[in-house]
Amino acid sequence: MLEQFSSNLENVFKKIRGHGKLSESNISDATREIRRALLEADVNFKVAKDFIEKVKTKALGDDVLRSISPGQQIVKIVRDELSALMGDDSGDMHLSGSPAIIMLVGLQGSGKTTSAAKLAMQLRKQGRRPMMVACDVYRPAAIKQLETLGKQIDIPVYSNHQEKDVLKIAETAIKESVRFSADTVIIDTAGRLTVDSAMMDEIKNLKTRLSPKEILFVGDGMTGQDAVATAQAFSDVVQFTGVILTKMDGDARGGAALSIKAVTGIPVKFLGMGEKIQPLEVFHPSRMADRILGMGDIVSLVEKAQESIDENEARLMEEKIRKSGFDLEDFRDQLLKLKKMGPLSDLMGMIPGMSKVKDVQVDEKRLTRIEAIINSMTPSERRLPKVLNANRRKRIARGSGTTVQDVNQLMKQFQGMQKMMKKFGKMGKRQLMRNLPRGFKI
Amino acid sequence: MILDSVFSKFKKGLSKTRTQMKSGLGKLFTGQIPMSEEILDTLEALLIEADLGMDLAMELIEDVSKHFPISTPVTSKNVLEYLQKKLIQKLEKTNIKEVNVHGTKVVLVVGVNGSGKTTSIGKLATLYANEGKSVLLVAGDTFRAAALEQLTIWSERAGVEIIKNQAATHPASVVYDALVSAKTRNIDVVIIDTAGRLHTQTHLMDELEKVHRVVKKVFTDAPHETILVIDATTGQNGLHQAEEFSKSTPIDHLFLTKLDGTAKGGIALAIHNKLDIPVRYVGLGEKASDMDYFNPTLYIKALLDLD
Repeated sequence: MLEQFSSNLENVFKKIRGHGKLSESNISDATREIRRALLEADVNFKVAKDFIEKVKTKALGDDVLRSISPGQQIVKIVRDELSALMGDDSGDMHLSGSPAIIMLVGLQGSGKTTSAAKLAMQLRKQGRRPMMVACDVYRPAAIKQLETLGKQIDIPVYSNHQEKDVLKIAETAIKESVRFSADTVIIDTAGRLTVDSAMMDEIKNLKTRLSPKEILFVGDGMTGQDAVATAQAFSDVVQFTGVILTKMDGDARGGAALSIKAVTGIPVKFLGMGEKIQPLEVFHPSRMADRILGMGDIVSLVEKAQESIDENEARLMEEKIRKSGFDLEDFRDQLLKLKKMGPLSDLMGMIPGMSKVKDVQVDEKRLTRIEAIINSMTPSERRLPKVLNANRRKRIARGSGTTVQDVNQLMKQFQGMQKMMKKFGKMGKRQLMRNLPRGFKI
Repeated sequence: MILDSVFSKFKKGLSKTRTQMKSGLGKLFTGQIPMSEEILDTLEALLIEADLGMDLAMELIEDVSKHFPISTPVTSKNVLEYLQKKLIQKLEKTNIKEVNVHGTKVVLVVGVNGSGKTTSIGKLATLYANEGKSVLLVAGDTFRAAALEQLTIWSERAGVEIIKNQAATHPASVVYDALVSAKTRNIDVVIIDTAGRLHTQTHLMDELEKVHRVVKKVFTDAPHETILVIDATTGQNGLHQAEEFSKSTPIDHLFLTKLDGTAKGGIALAIHNKLDIPVRYVGLGEKASDMDYFNPTLYIKALLDLD
C-alpha cells in the first residue's frame, strides 16, 4: 500500500518534472493521492479535507519542489503532520483520589468489558491495585462476562445481579473498595447509542456523582466515518479524557484515531490487540501514522523480535555466522524463534509493503514440515549436511512424513542460505541488517 | 398480529433512522442551476460520509457526471433521483437466496467481535418462533467469557431450545452434536452462533472452516443460510471482512446491525456492489422485535433524504 502510495506520488512528480516548473495545480495531483489514502483508511471526510489543506501549505512553503524526490518529501510531511496531529506517545493517566476512579464509555460492541480487564492488568503492572465494577445491567450476561474475566486474571469484581440502579452499584463499589483493598476502581458501563438520550443521561449522572478522574472512550478501530459523530456526542455529554482504540490486531488502518483526535482534541492513549486478555498497549502516534498510510509497522515488528530473541543468544549466533558455521541445528533454532513471535501472517502485516500482500498466505504448515524434516535427521547430519546421500534422504523423508523432493528442496534452500550467511560474515552489522530481508525466503 | 407489531416497530425504527440519516442535504441546491464540479463534490462527500467507500462513490459520481454533463441545467431533485435509481440498480443485481428446505434449515451466523451476532440470533430465533417453527440455538462461541450465558438468556426470551457444552470444547464438536440431535428430532430451524473473530486471525478462520465442514457432514446441503453480521459503524475494513469470511464459509447474506444509531451503514452497499452479497436483515435496537428485512428502496431514500 505504501509502495503504491509512494510510487503514485513519484509518478505524479515525474510527469511534472518533464513540464518544467511545479505549480500549485501540480501539487493537487499529489494531494489527491494523499486524500485517497486517508479516506480508504476511514479518516473522516472533513478531517481529511482540512488535513490536506495543511499539507498543501506546508508543501508549497517547503523545499519540496526543488528536492530530488519530491514524492518522498511529501510523504514525510504527511507522516510528520499526521503524527503531530495525533498527539504524544502517552499512556499516562491522572489517577489521584482514593480510590482513583476510571469510567469506560462507548457504543455497543466496541470492546468495553474486554478493555476493562486489559486496563486492570495494565494498572497492576504499574503497581496499582485495581478492581472492576459491573455497571452494564442491560446486556444479557454482561455482568457474568466481567466476573469471568476478573476470575481469569485475578482482579476483584464488584457486581450486584439484583440492583438495576447503576449509580447505586457504582457508589457501593467505591465504598467497598477498601474491603477489596483496591486503590483504583474501573467502572464498566453498558454500550449505548448517542441518540438514546435516556442512556446518555445515565453516564452523565455517573460522571456528576462520581467525578471520575479519567473517562475513557472505547472506540472500535474498524469504525468508519461515523467515528466523528459518535466521539463528538460522547465528548459533549461526558467530556472524556482519553481513548482506547480496540481490535487493532486486525488489518483496519485505523483512521478513526485521527478523526476522534481532530474533532474532540482528546488523544488515543491505548490500543486493544485481540481478545486474549493481556495489558493494553500504549499508543504511538508515529506508528499509527504509518499504519494509516499503509506503511506497515516496522518498529512494532522489531520490538516483537526483541521480546522473543535473547540478545546474548543473538550475539553467539552472530559469532557463529561469522565463522560461517551455520548448520541445520541453527536453522531449526531460528525457525523456532520465528514461531515464538506469533502467527507469521501477523508479522508479514507489519512489514512495510506487505499489508497488501497479505492474501499470499504464508504457509505455516510448510514451516512445520521443515521442522519435521530437520528433526528426523541425526545430530551429525544436522551439523554436517554434506553427508546426506540418497539413502539418508529417503530415511528422513519417511521419518518426517514428507517426500524426498521435500527434503531435497529444503537442502537446496539451506545451501543457498549458507552461501548468503558466508557473505554476511564478511559484512558489517549495518549491512547485515539491510540485506537480511531480501534473502530471507520461506 | 405479531407481524403487525413487528412492522410498526420497524417503521418507528426506520423513522428514527431516517431522522438520523438526514444528511442535512435534503436539497443539494435550490432551483435549476448548471451542473458543476461543486455539485459533484458535494455528492461525493455525501456518499463517502455514509461509508460507501471510494470505489463505489467514484463509480456513482461518474454515472451522474455522464448523465448530466457539466453545465447541463439540473435541479437538486433530478440529480438525487438519478443517483437513487443508479444505487437501486446496483443493489438489485443480486437477489436474496431463499432456499426451500425440506426438513431442518441450518443457519450459520458469523462475524467479527462485537458486531452483534448473539443479539441478531436472538432476534432471528424470535422471528422463526413467532412463525410457529421449532428452533434450536447452538452455542458455538466456546471462547468468550459468558457468551454461553448471553445466548441462553436470548433462548429463554424467544422461548426456544439451546444446545450448549461446557466452555473449552471445540466449537465443531458442539455443532456436530447439536446437528445430529436436531436431525433425529426433526427441528425446523437450527441457528449456530460462532465466536467473534477478526478475519486476519488465520487459526480462527481455519476453525470456522472446520465448523462449516462439520455442518456438511450432518446435512450435506447445509448451511442453508450463512449470515455475516456487519456493524453499521464499520468503515472500509468491512470489505476485507466480507472477503475473508467468504473464503472460510461462503456468505449468503448480511445482517446490518445498529442502524438505529448515527451510522449509515454504507459499507454494506460497498460489500454488495463488490462481492454480490446482499443485505437481508437490519438490526434497529436491543429488543427481540427490533429488526426487519432490508428494504433497499426505503434505505436509499433515507440515505439521500428523498421522499
